[in-house]
Amino acid sequence: MERVYTKGKNTKAMELIKPEIGLIFWMTVSFLAVLFILGKFAWPVILKSLREREESIANALNSAQKAKEEMAALKSDNEKLIMQARAERDALLKEARDTKDAIIAESKNKAQAEANKIMAAARESINNEKNAAINELKNQVAAMSIEIAEKILRHELANDDKQKTLMDGLMKDINLN
Amino acid sequence: MAQRTQNAGLMKLKLIGLILCLFAGTSVFAEGEAEAGAEKFDAGKTIVEHISDSHDWHILGKEPHAVSVPLPIIVYNKERGLSMFMSSRFEHGHKAYAGYVLRENKIEAVNELEEIPAEQATVSEELTAATYDISITKNVFSLLVSIVIMLWMFMSVAKSYGRRQGQAPKGMQSLIEPLVVFVRDEIAKPSIGKKYEKYMPYLLTVFFFIWINNLLGLIPIIPGGANVTGNIAVTMTLAIITFLITTFSANKNYWQHVFAMPGVPVGVLVLLTPIEILGVVLRPFVLMIRLFANITAGHIIALSFFSLIFIFGEMSTGLGFGVSVLSVAFVVFMSMLELLVAFLQAFVFTLLSAIYFGAAIEEHHHDHEHGDAHVEEALLI
Repeated sequence: MERVYTKGKNTKAMELIKPEIGLIFWMTVSFLAVLFILGKFAWPVILKSLREREESIANALNSAQKAKEEMAALKSDNEKLIMQARAERDALLKEARDTKDAIIAESKNKAQAEANKIMAAARESINNEKNAAINELKNQVAAMSIEIAEKILRHELANDDKQKTLMDGLMKDINLN
Repeated sequence: MAQRTQNAGLMKLKLIGLILCLFAGTSVFAEGEAEAGAEKFDAGKTIVEHISDSHDWHILGKEPHAVSVPLPIIVYNKERGLSMFMSSRFEHGHKAYAGYVLRENKIEAVNELEEIPAEQATVSEELTAATYDISITKNVFSLLVSIVIMLWMFMSVAKSYGRRQGQAPKGMQSLIEPLVVFVRDEIAKPSIGKKYEKYMPYLLTVFFFIWINNLLGLIPIIPGGANVTGNIAVTMTLAIITFLITTFSANKNYWQHVFAMPGVPVGVLVLLTPIEILGVVLRPFVLMIRLFANITAGHIIALSFFSLIFIFGEMSTGLGFGVSVLSVAFVVFMSMLELLVAFLQAFVFTLLSAIYFGAAIEEHHHDHEHGDAHVEEALLI
């Protein structure tokens, strides 16, 4: 069947929704080619690098977190150490104070005791001295008394009468017994 | 979710626009034919020409004195074999060359092999039916450019990843990386699950392919401005690839859900199974239509605003200049919206593909999850 070429009627708008075989052909070929090339050379590289970078970032974040935690732990350790040191210092100071007090108290006590001892010794020696003095005094008084009595006796018994009278008196006492 | 519903609304608006434009185009054409000879500006024709594929890249001017970049014609005919020549040989459809004429941007085989004016050539239906046109058309050219851009971009980025191991991204890397991470973390991982890595190359390629081509379509100068992702052949190819991957990676569980949904009484299965089977085919179909309609509608709206300038300009030159200010303002606004749509449609296509892959490889199905997936799908359509 043949027909003469004529200027066609308007079917162009409808042509819009009729797929052209030539374009389908080129589209299929070129899209599959680009899919193959990019799928082989570009996407795996890009996706792999992205994944690796994401992993490394995640790792970095993790280790930063860990470092932070370690720092916090260190800090709390330090604080604990400082607290311990402070407590130790306080304890030491307290101990020293106690020791000092104890030493002072002890020396006070010792001094007191010593003083007491000395006092006691002094008192004893004073007593002894006093007693000795008293004894000596007593002895002297006794000796003096004897001397005086001797002198008095000597004086009283100087004559016979007086001797006789005494004798009588003594005799009387014996009789009574 | 809110964002998706909004997108669905936008999509509806665009579909209405598209349908209106198609009708408007036809009616304006009818008028144009009625008063043949009078060189009136035909908005419908201009717009459809701009969003259609063509065998040469029109830059400026009108038919007899048009300036356009010729593109290679590659035709295979079962009887004549492969022919290759530049589209300039056709002289914009006025000449027959090597046994072919260009009629309404379609290549048709003619009986005469010598160079004669197109009007004298006789079209052979049998030969035309045996002719396969695989020319580097405007869309193919733009497609190839986009692919060169993609290859250059991602190969260089892959190289810089190799070179700058463990370092922060730089230059192009910083542009690509958030998008790659976005596709991986927001699309692939939640939709597919643990086995997402197998599908990453396809999802990334399809995402960037659609996005880059959408953006190229927004650039008005060569090699941009073609309507690659708004061409049904392109979106069909992408949808078919998604469909094939879904079908070939589908496990027993998936087919069981299609043919005999577990826990559903036989009476309901009679109804449900045809719907599920229809759904299997409908999903890629909707993928194809959504991308096509969204991008084409965007182009149509921008071109419609520009057409307003010339429609009013024909009434009076001053009016044309006046309207141009408004038109340009609207086109700027629409282009901003289209920048968003370019990303959104790439995202939606990739996300839905990922959801289909996820459904195909899902091992154990929870009923509530199943319900959620369907709700999401419904919203996206």
